[in-house]
Amino acid sequence: MSIELEDIIKPENIVYKKTPVLTDNVMHYCPGCLHGVVHKIIAEVIEEMGIQDKTIGVSPVGCSVLAYNYLDIDWAEAAHGRAPALATGISRLHPEKYVFTYQGDGDLASIGCGEIMHACNRGENIVVIFINNAIYGMTGGQMAPTTLLGQVTATTPYGRDAKLNGFPLRITELIAQLDGTCYVTRQTVHTPAAVRKAKAAIRKAFENTKKDKGTSFVEIVSTCNSGWKLDPIQANKWMVENMFPKYPLGDMKDI
Amino acid sequence: MTEEIIIAGFGGQGVLSMGKILAYSGIMQDQEVAWMPSYGPEMRGGTANVTVILSDERISSPILTQYDTAIVLNQQSLDKFESRVKPGGVLIYDPNGITHEPTRKDINIYKVEGTRLAAEAGNPKIFNMIILGGFLKVKPIVKLENVEKGLQKSLPARHHKMIPMNIEAIQTGMNHVEVVNQL
Amino acid sequence: MAEVKLMKGNEVIAEAAIRCGCDGYFGYPITPQSEVMETLMLRKPWEETGMVVLQAESELASINMVYGAAATGKKVMTSSSSPGISLMQEGLTYLAGAELPCLVVDVVRGGPGLGTIQPAQSDYFQAVKGGGHGDYHLIVLAPASVQEMNDFVDLGFELAFKYRNPAMILADGVIGQMMEKVQLSDYKPRWTDEEIEKISGDWALTGKKANRQRHIATSLELDSYKQEVFNQKLQAKYREMEEKEVRCEEIACEDADYLFVAYGSCSRICQKAVQLAREKGIKVGILRPITLYPFPTKEIANLAKKVKGILTVEMSAGQMVEDVRLAVNGLIPVEHYGRFGGVIPTPDEIVEALEKQIIGA
Repeated sequence: MSIELEDIIKPENIVYKKTPVLTDNVMHYCPGCLHGVVHKIIAEVIEEMGIQDKTIGVSPVGCSVLAYNYLDIDWAEAAHGRAPALATGISRLHPEKYVFTYQGDGDLASIGCGEIMHACNRGENIVVIFINNAIYGMTGGQMAPTTLLGQVTATTPYGRDAKLNGFPLRITELIAQLDGTCYVTRQTVHTPAAVRKAKAAIRKAFENTKKDKGTSFVEIVSTCNSGWKLDPIQANKWMVENMFPKYPLGDMKDI
Repeated sequence: MTEEIIIAGFGGQGVLSMGKILAYSGIMQDQEVAWMPSYGPEMRGGTANVTVILSDERISSPILTQYDTAIVLNQQSLDKFESRVKPGGVLIYDPNGITHEPTRKDINIYKVEGTRLAAEAGNPKIFNMIILGGFLKVKPIVKLENVEKGLQKSLPARHHKMIPMNIEAIQTGMNHVEVVNQL
Repeated sequence: MAEVKLMKGNEVIAEAAIRCGCDGYFGYPITPQSEVMETLMLRKPWEETGMVVLQAESELASINMVYGAAATGKKVMTSSSSPGISLMQEGLTYLAGAELPCLVVDVVRGGPGLGTIQPAQSDYFQAVKGGGHGDYHLIVLAPASVQEMNDFVDLGFELAFKYRNPAMILADGVIGQMMEKVQLSDYKPRWTDEEIEKISGDWALTGKKANRQRHIATSLELDSYKQEVFNQKLQAKYREMEEKEVRCEEIACEDADYLFVAYGSCSRICQKAVQLAREKGIKVGILRPITLYPFPTKEIANLAKKVKGILTVEMSAGQMVEDVRLAVNGLIPVEHYGRFGGVIPTPDEIVEALEKQIIGA
């Protein structure tokens, strides 16, 4: 007698359930990519806070351009780097809504450097989720503003050279200096404990919106095993050894 | 009736506001009006000029090359606009600082000593109203009562106490028009 | 009767925005249109109607703030002048691609590059042919008076929402800086949430309710075949605009032997030129396009059957003339007279150009 799925998945056996704020769409992310984890914890926070009908997401240009396929909320898809401007427009006209941007390092720290700085400096009452994996994933692994010195990418085939390419940009440290931000933190999601901490940070960020406290900025140091040309486990290890020293985890500001 | 006017002088002489008051006065008597300033770097202390058109009909071009009346308040403006007065038209100028007098014989030319009169009154701010008075004496295209209404409309309420002083300045101008050339 | 005021074109844009129930304005200062935001900031409409006014860090940001806010079904706008509008092209193509309504005011100055701050019409191509990347059009309205600066704010929003497409008021420094008599519109209240639900409820980002699918404002479609279908839908929309929304004015055309085609401030200057020409016995009329996109192609083609020649007058090196020539299709001579770089043509030189380029040719 064969065992059917229904025989295993019985209500009394269920210990974990996907939040309904995540859609059933199959994610396009590469196996091992951490975007899916971050999407999930955002979705869980939205569910737990009961704000699905009040949350508007702004997706970037980059790997997470299609984020709107995965979270079952209203979304606007921005031009490259402009998500904070869209979020400003939405939030200013809908102060009662929870507005967040979801941006990668190229989107936020390179082409959208102006928009993010000014949105944070104005203290827009929004949440910014910043995924830093030190590479352009979608376009095939080119140098990002956060690419580490010596790191090999498609456009730094001999490693990032400070003289040629400048230095890795610690934009979160800059953001923390801006008076408009109320909460600036750097997290990661490579272990269950880290995921729990990151989720708590995201929850706090959304709570800040509720309290109209200004901009909450959550950086997630992440991996790109495809772009880094490593398997997922090696990528996590590389992140811990190389990314964390340059991008140390923890709160930079919490007021 | 259509009256096409250019007012030109230095920035700070009240050229634009004189034009504005004239335009507002036109509105008070149900006329069509246009007020077109030169703008840009000139705004910062150089020459300023404004075209004002009052008409009983729909106004066509706010950009003109010839005018029924030119009110010129410095030498540069006199040099520039004397030739642009339509034959038979009117040129009004303040002789202060003028070294080359107007020479045309086919237009009516009047002198109003606005700078001197304003200085004698101890109030340089009424200079443009004295000049406006001179113009309205020569071309009574708007009634004084409509100028008064125009001032009420164009000035913020806190400045309304200055209206009698402005009207008085207009009357001073009206009484001090000197004919230089009359057809 | 509504209030009659003496106002600058730029000030009127601000006043008309407040009065038509606009929800938000996002802008960045640039000459010669800075009075729009200055007037709004002075008027403090947030205290009066709840309208939001925000000075953005750049035109890139302001158009993208418009994009975000427009995606929620709100009536939002921005204004700028040529160099700023160039920066906005990215946002405009996204707005067109996401089919979002908004109003953009361009008070054109001379270019290229930083150019001059004086009036020009040299951004006609940019305004009517798309401007950014991809196959799209803006609805383009060309005011020729301060009154039309007032009227076209409301009309622009009306058309933008009717077609879910960005609309542009293409003015120039003359119309923006000039003061004329204007009858301001009566106040219309801003739309309530219920009204937005009724007008834009099937697409606006108002928060995903349990009883509907999520709404996504996007211009992205990775499947080429689906993107082609979407493009066909856009094209059908443009054909409908061309069918239904052309607006133009014929001035002194009844007995005309010749025709000026001119829009905005040039159409005003041409009216003076018509007077001067008629004093000389030259019977000339004017066709003034009010919508530059959709363009009055049929109207010009019809007039081309009646007159002997057409002179387009533009503050450009000759942009609209191309559309006039397409409309006329070789039937009669079409010539262009232009001044540019911030220089405004005068009525007498227009008459001279008509005599030389059309009558004497």
